[in-house]
Amino acid sequence: MQETTANRVAANATSSFTEHLRRERPDLMPFGQAPFNQLPGAGQAAQPATPLQAPHGTTIVAMSYAGGVLMAGDRRATMGNVIASRHIEKVFPADQYSVLGIAGTAGIALDITRLFQVELEHYEKIEGTLLSLDGKANRLGAMVRGNLPMAMQGLAVVPLFAGFDRPAGFGRLFSYDVTGGRYEEQEHHAVGSGSMFARGALKKLWRPGLSEEDAVAVAVEALYDAADDDSATGGPDPVRQLWPVVYVVNRSGAFRVPERELAAVAGRIVDARAVAQREA
Amino acid sequence: MTQQFYVSPEQLMKDRADFARKGIARGRSVVVVSCREGIALVAENPSPSLHKIGEIYDKIAFAAVGKYNEFESLRQAGVRYADVRGYSYDREDVTARGLASVYAQSLGAVFTAEQKPFEVELAVAEVGRVQEADHLYRLTFDGSIADEHGFIVMGGQADRVSEAVAAGWEGELDFAGAIRLALAGLVADKETTTLPASALEVAVLDRGSESSRGTRRAFRRLEDADIVALLAEEK
Repeated sequence: MQETTANRVAANATSSFTEHLRRERPDLMPFGQAPFNQLPGAGQAAQPATPLQAPHGTTIVAMSYAGGVLMAGDRRATMGNVIASRHIEKVFPADQYSVLGIAGTAGIALDITRLFQVELEHYEKIEGTLLSLDGKANRLGAMVRGNLPMAMQGLAVVPLFAGFDRPAGFGRLFSYDVTGGRYEEQEHHAVGSGSMFARGALKKLWRPGLSEEDAVAVAVEALYDAADDDSATGGPDPVRQLWPVVYVVNRSGAFRVPERELAAVAGRIVDARAVAQREA
Repeated sequence: MTQQFYVSPEQLMKDRADFARKGIARGRSVVVVSCREGIALVAENPSPSLHKIGEIYDKIAFAAVGKYNEFESLRQAGVRYADVRGYSYDREDVTARGLASVYAQSLGAVFTAEQKPFEVELAVAEVGRVQEADHLYRLTFDGSIADEHGFIVMGGQADRVSEAVAAGWEGELDFAGAIRLALAGLVADKETTTLPASALEVAVLDRGSESSRGTRRAFRRLEDADIVALLAEEK
């Protein structure tokens, strides 16, 4: 009798918000719900011939620099050939020492981001200590994995995760595939539809030991190149005063780079390209 | 064969209440003080890891006296309640009033239905934009809830500590002043006139956390060194 009580208490003791939600309020989970063709009232024939149209977020770039890591994302979401949003933000602070960027189905990605933020804060409050950076990266992988049934319906979410490893004393970068596979990246990485072009730019622009200022300029330029060739990636927009969202993470925490600074950086890049008078 | 004796409901409740009160008075006191800079929570607690004070949500903190396992389970339940609520509605929709009423219901249910009542007393504090918007709720073992003004003293020789705090409390105190006042209260029932920082657990709910630290999470735990530095400031 005592044995079972003790077991029950131990089994219920969880520091994970996701686990608690799955147990108590599964309706609030962004993933793990019945796929569309298994929803009540929908027969097998209800499987749509074309994938569901929903806004998709696009390019995210991340890189290490001297003293930390940086992540930047453009501001566009597309739905087929239509621009769904010019203002969307796709890079978020996950907690005090880490950030994540999301590419893929915007609605699910934003919910996964929110869940991930609460997950980290919840652990911190229950345990009284921060989760290790590897622990955070693994939790995010599990969430992406949880979304696999939706991904197979065409609603994939692919995040990029970056954080400062405090015990080790340097910044680290993680990429994921749709099955939740977690890969630690060296130097720099990009995800989303414009990632091929951004990665090409990063290969030429990135160098070891970049200063924070230079790293911000490299990130904005890589996104500029992605926007140049990928119609789903938005470039800097001086008409609406829209600039990429850029976060830096270093020993003292995660900080958003101010708009003013980004406007100046983007302006310099556009000017330099105009002066060069070249096709690309 | 065992004989069931009749016990009147009044006697039953009185016995339970006496039992819980005795358990709570055995522990050491906790003081929660609302002041100009926010809310200071001060506990006499020699353990650096088994906390009596905890963060619940952005603007909400928790303090407790009594049995550790009982108030710790209540604290965790509170964190879960707040996080689920904030996740399903919005962060703004998590309030101390809602949390306190859930605590009151659980404590009330345990008091009447379980084998033994919880030997705990809780404080739920919410810091507002201005001092008038601060909320301090006191919850006792039987599920009673009280909306307090200015400060809360719980546990140990609460009456004597409370007298000492009441004598010095004013709204214009800063954190250093509030912590000093709480400390003066905590030593009211002792021979000594001061407590070392290592015997104290201190946390604050910062009224201006957005502007001063750039975070909406107002709760901040003070390290021993911070406490020493604060107390050493000019009075």
